[in-house]
Amino acid sequence: MIKIDNLTKIFDTPNGPVTAADNIQMEIPQGEICVLLGPSGCGKTTTLKMINRIIPPTSGRVFINGEDTSGLDTVDLRRNIGYVIQQIGLFPNMTIEENITAVPRLLGWDVNRYKARATELLEMVALDPAVFLKRYPKELSGGQQQRIGVARALAADPPVMLMDEPFGAIDPINREVIQDEFLKMQQELKKTIMFVSHDIDEAVKMANRIAIFRDGRLVQYDTPDDLLAHPKDSFVESFVGDDRALKRLRLVNVAQVMESPAPCVTPQDSLETALQQMEEHGYSHAITLVNQQQQPIGFVSKQVAQTTKGYCGEHYVGLKGLANINDDLRKIASLMFTHDSTWMPCVDDSGRLVGHISQRGITHYLGATYRRDGRQAAPYNLKLA
Amino acid sequence: MEIIDFLAQNLDLLLKLTVEHISLVAVAVGLATLTGVPIGIAITQNERAANLVLYIASIIITIPSIALFGLMIPLLSTIGQGIGYLPAVIAVLLYSQLPIIRNTYTAINNVNPALREAARGIGMSPLQRLRMVEIPLAIPVIMAGVRTAVVMNIGVMAIAAYIGAGGLGVLISRGISQSDPRQLIAGALAVSILAIIADFALLRLQKRMTPRGLETA
Repeated sequence: MIKIDNLTKIFDTPNGPVTAADNIQMEIPQGEICVLLGPSGCGKTTTLKMINRIIPPTSGRVFINGEDTSGLDTVDLRRNIGYVIQQIGLFPNMTIEENITAVPRLLGWDVNRYKARATELLEMVALDPAVFLKRYPKELSGGQQQRIGVARALAADPPVMLMDEPFGAIDPINREVIQDEFLKMQQELKKTIMFVSHDIDEAVKMANRIAIFRDGRLVQYDTPDDLLAHPKDSFVESFVGDDRALKRLRLVNVAQVMESPAPCVTPQDSLETALQQMEEHGYSHAITLVNQQQQPIGFVSKQVAQTTKGYCGEHYVGLKGLANINDDLRKIASLMFTHDSTWMPCVDDSGRLVGHISQRGITHYLGATYRRDGRQAAPYNLKLA
Repeated sequence: MEIIDFLAQNLDLLLKLTVEHISLVAVAVGLATLTGVPIGIAITQNERAANLVLYIASIIITIPSIALFGLMIPLLSTIGQGIGYLPAVIAVLLYSQLPIIRNTYTAINNVNPALREAARGIGMSPLQRLRMVEIPLAIPVIMAGVRTAVVMNIGVMAIAAYIGAGGLGVLISRGISQSDPRQLIAGALAVSILAIIADFALLRLQKRMTPRGLETA
């Protein structure tokens, strides 16, 4: 847990004092990623760097796991905080192994222990130790280098990590991959992480909580969904973007929204049965057809069922799209737009039908936050009226 | 032809003078490295001090060597060392300061700020940062400074023969005073060849001392 108490930084410049961070007050719960977000010069990096005193605070205190860090020796403090920077900063004169083991060596671990740790960490960041341990940083690509940067920060297993735009210098494709890998690692490691970014999409993806900064002040500190649904003022609103409701789609997965269990028919059922089922469940368009393994293979439309006689197996239409329960809603919305459909069957990892997801269901789910008492943001009142 | 005969007949003398010359330069530049590198590192902490030190070192290097030797005669006579080995070594030591201090200062100052921040951020003390990161990265440039000092001072040391320090300059000064072109040319050639060999050898050393991760291709 990181607790920041009234942290302030005033820089003396030739044009007079400049307040880079103004009485910042926040708390990051154990095991969560907090993304500090804002335009450049908003104080997010200054705040981050005051945690490990790369920038000494003018006033205020930082507590890590309840301990006031102002009493700690700066070097000791830093060795217990993982630090990843945008420029990566691998030492070019050291091999990958030496880079990764820098902190353990400073801490005086014995050789066998830190060598074993280097191998373990390389495996964790998905690089083959046999290939990479003895290489030098310049022989690696940018993405590989930043994986090593992360491994170096994790080396001594610090409870807290500071990451200053860690994936900012990596090309978009590799950035997505590294972000995903990092989130997967974090699920196991459960570090308390402070992460600076200027990219709202990255923040929404990575964060348990987002802190929006402006002119040295913390403007809003909320979960990504609350931030996107209820921006506090016009600055936050414009910063998160006009498409903020669409960004929320990424935060929700199919399992949270789908209606389950889903009624369905088999090829052996008659069209009469299908029609009956549709009416029973209030389906106005169609019903899913499954095979013997309960896997959806198509659908029978209401129109056909009303006008034709026979078996479902003879009169179904092939599936247009399929939602996995782990997909996020953004992907599903995109699929629906692509296939011009308003609903989609949902399957689990073995491909069996487990539910249905509809555009109405998505809208309903996303709208729930506006129907909560006392949390009605002004722009949406218009819609309700 | 005459020169080759002369060299063949005086091989012993030539060898002795060469060894003398090398040892004079080696001792002087060696000491200069031991003082210049720490000074170069120290002045990275304070820009005003850096400007002052580099300014003084630049002035020293503009003093003609013959004048510097002359200046040291009265000063060192007070301890009975007005001429000979000591003033020669001191002069070369002073001349070596500028290339060594300036290269050290520039190399340390030019270490990528991101690396410095990474080193601080993972908890290296200032001394550990120097030892593990900054000096290894600065080595190629510092060594280039030492090389410049050596090559430059092999020439300067030839003049030290006039204050009785020995070395290959002895051949040159005798050649002039005895109007003997054989000795003059032999001395001058030997000094030039020595400088070229030293430069080459130090370049090899510089490459060997460069950390592997810094080598280009």
